Amino acid sequence: MDSRRREEIIRSSVGIDYSRFESGSWAFDYEVMMESAGYSLKEVQRIQAEAGVGKTPLLELRNISRLARSCAEPGKGARIFLKDEAAGPTGSFKDRRASISAFHAQKLGFPGIAAATSGNYGAAVAGQAARLGLPCLIVQECFDSSGTGQPEIIEKARKCEDLGAEVLQLSVGPELFTVYLSLLEETGFFNASLYTPFGIAGVETLGTELALQCRELAGRPPDVVVATNAGGGNLTGTARGLLKSGCHRTIMVGASVDLRGLHMASDRDFNRKSFTTGHTGFGIPFAVFPDRSDVPRSAARPLRYLDRYLTVRQGEVFYMTEALAALEGLERGPAGNTSLAAAFSLAREMPEEQIIIVQESEYTGAGKHHRAQLSFARERGIEVRFGDPAEEVPGRSIVLPREPEQIRAVDLDLMELKKSYLRHALEERKGETPTEEDISYFAEETKSGRDFIISALKSLGAPEKSTDTKREKEQQR
Amino acid sequence: MMTRIGKEEAKAGMWVRISRVLLKPEERSGRLPEATRKVPLVMWTKGKLTEPPTARRGDQVQIESSCGRREQGTLVEIEPAWNHNFGNTVPELQQIAEKLRCRLRREKNHG
Repeated sequence: MDSRRREEIIRSSVGIDYSRFESGSWAFDYEVMMESAGYSLKEVQRIQAEAGVGKTPLLELRNISRLARSCAEPGKGARIFLKDEAAGPTGSFKDRRASISAFHAQKLGFPGIAAATSGNYGAAVAGQAARLGLPCLIVQECFDSSGTGQPEIIEKARKCEDLGAEVLQLSVGPELFTVYLSLLEETGFFNASLYTPFGIAGVETLGTELALQCRELAGRPPDVVVATNAGGGNLTGTARGLLKSGCHRTIMVGASVDLRGLHMASDRDFNRKSFTTGHTGFGIPFAVFPDRSDVPRSAARPLRYLDRYLTVRQGEVFYMTEALAALEGLERGPAGNTSLAAAFSLAREMPEEQIIIVQESEYTGAGKHHRAQLSFARERGIEVRFGDPAEEVPGRSIVLPREPEQIRAVDLDLMELKKSYLRHALEERKGETPTEEDISYFAEETKSGRDFIISALKSLGAPEKSTDTKREKEQQR
Repeated sequence: MMTRIGKEEAKAGMWVRISRVLLKPEERSGRLPEATRKVPLVMWTKGKLTEPPTARRGDQVQIESSCGRREQGTLVEIEPAWNHNFGNTVPELQQIAEKLRCRLRREKNHG
């Protein structure tokens, strides 16, 4: 499929003319895009209220907080709260995004709605499609070449089908995107991309609810919010919502399961991981190059909002999933507990009167359940054992901590990620010289400043604006 | 996880699962890991059998999917079942739970 045809399909299936935000260089007007192509907070709240989406409970995890304090120095061990997004109609925060995408598809008169996702987003879109009477197609990467499906993805397929959607499943491979585009062309369905402005606008209400509920329950805004990070939309939307609610001092932390070493396009590695999303396999590439997504300009731009980016191990997340059930009576899906594991680690560093919020949870069920995932891993020859989580090798072992003290989230070097972002940007427009506008844009993109950008660009060997023309002009005078 | 075999013959209108090779290994995209490049890209989907009026597993059939698409492929399952479950016993999980409950009980008692 040639690139012009691709572009045409993408453009017509999303209904946004991205070209009007472009400067012709690297910079584009992100806020204008979000404002004009998105929906206002009020509109989103109205749409979500009608869709039965949002206003999920904020729960204080008192026993897990006590456990954290018992592993911390005296005076440390922040109060841990959980935003229970599993309470949404299809059991995850994706309902927020899907409600707006589906509303938009119907408003624009599309004959149906489609999404390429192996995750909870599929069920969320299918659920909204059912409510609005829209035909729905979900495309998943589900099976390896032996026909073995990841149990978590099979459960998601089941849910989508039971909500009336067609679920087209593929074996492993990046060709999924081209297949998906062909299907969009064939059906004329709306592409409910995760990366559109209105998709992200749908998540902003999560942030505003966090601010409101935290103030109500704890008398103060959240000190830290931890959001699982993969494609970046979860974190971006939540951060924007928090900022719109005046939470300028809230520290925004991203969390991903560390799966470095596994290849995301590998047929062999596909079923050797226990997490299909919320991991470094998406989190890092999408952070450093957001415009790799299925739309020309992604609305999900996590480096704009990240204050810290933590990784946790599969074993640590499974441990916390069990802890949540055993100590708080809450059975939730493991993928949705990635940020819980990171928050448990972080809480021990924080003063005990502070508030740390785990930004989401997801439903659990057959296939998704942590026992199902650990069984599956064992059957595949992955070593599941107790030990020091730091010993875990993705694809070979899952190491469950013996004691909660062993749960230690590890910081990714944000500076390096920001430099990597710039490196990718320079690759995209090889030989071009960044303008002043581009430099300001890069600073915004990476939550940094002009000085950092200039020195980073220099160290990356970026072409610099020639000062000769200025000197020539002075000589002529 | 292997899927159950299911019924022997499908009649038009029955819910079935089909499969089709979309790309042979030699037709696959440029930069792929070796393990992926060696195997075909395969598609599976489900729908109501439309053509032929009766079919057995292995036959080439046409279906109408839930979103109204027509699709062709090899019939692989008739009235397919879901087999994913809550997993085998993983003793480590029970051990984690017991230890944590014990620990918190001790914390409570010591104030």
